[in-house]
Amino acid sequence: MYGWIWRIIPGGTGVKLVTVLVLAGAAGVVLWCVVFPMLEPHVPVDRVTVGP
Amino acid sequence: MRALLRACGELSVTAGLVMLLFCGYLLWGTSSYTEWYQRVLKRELRDARAGTAAHGNRPAHVRAGTVGLIRIPRLGRDYEYAVLEGVTTEDLRRGPGHYPGTAMPGGVGNFVLSGHRTTYAAPFNRIDELRRGDEIIIDSTGRRYTYRVSGKQVVDPADVDVIAPVPGHPDRTPSKAVITLTTCHPEYSARQRLVVFGVLAGTRDDA
Repeated sequence: MYGWIWRIIPGGTGVKLVTVLVLAGAAGVVLWCVVFPMLEPHVPVDRVTVGP
Repeated sequence: MRALLRACGELSVTAGLVMLLFCGYLLWGTSSYTEWYQRVLKRELRDARAGTAAHGNRPAHVRAGTVGLIRIPRLGRDYEYAVLEGVTTEDLRRGPGHYPGTAMPGGVGNFVLSGHRTTYAAPFNRIDELRRGDEIIIDSTGRRYTYRVSGKQVVDPADVDVIAPVPGHPDRTPSKAVITLTTCHPEYSARQRLVVFGVLAGTRDDA
């Protein structure tokens, strides 16, 4: 998978490296700002109220 | 076959990294949201109080959507959170919340607050350290209510008796002003609730 991504990214090693870092950063930002906030209410790590 | 195994391995490593990042989000990402919101709420409370002083009788909590400020000296001199009205998921992301329908600060009955223990700045992370006699100070609508811790208990999540007007005795009529703090227990778990009780010890007008 990662080998395949590395192969299809155009450019020399330097350009590839920069592209990969940007892609990984973008994935991280999407996870942090969109996916995790949606996921968090469904993870029962910190339920604080009492109720039936 | 080898390519398949490699793909599985890479996916597993990726999933592990994503989960690690998610743990980081729970511990630090959520806190930054709460801290930002608390700054806004505290500023609104301060402004509202200044407004009260200037204009006379507009209650501070009406404008800010908050009940007041909670301070617990045992947990540090800087320990100060704006308390919101409500205990929905969204309310509790912004700070400790007051159970709607329970007593207001200083009122006869049970003033019940809930707060996160491990995520969203974890306002109630260390309330297990409170000892009998420790102060819980609530500044609300120009008054300062000082409660003193009277006990601690670990209960079942369904045990609603602890938030009754007389904690533990839902059928009795209250005659005292008490406070109840609830949070999760043990840390990082939803299995039980940690509950801290307190009794009103004094009221001052100049907060």
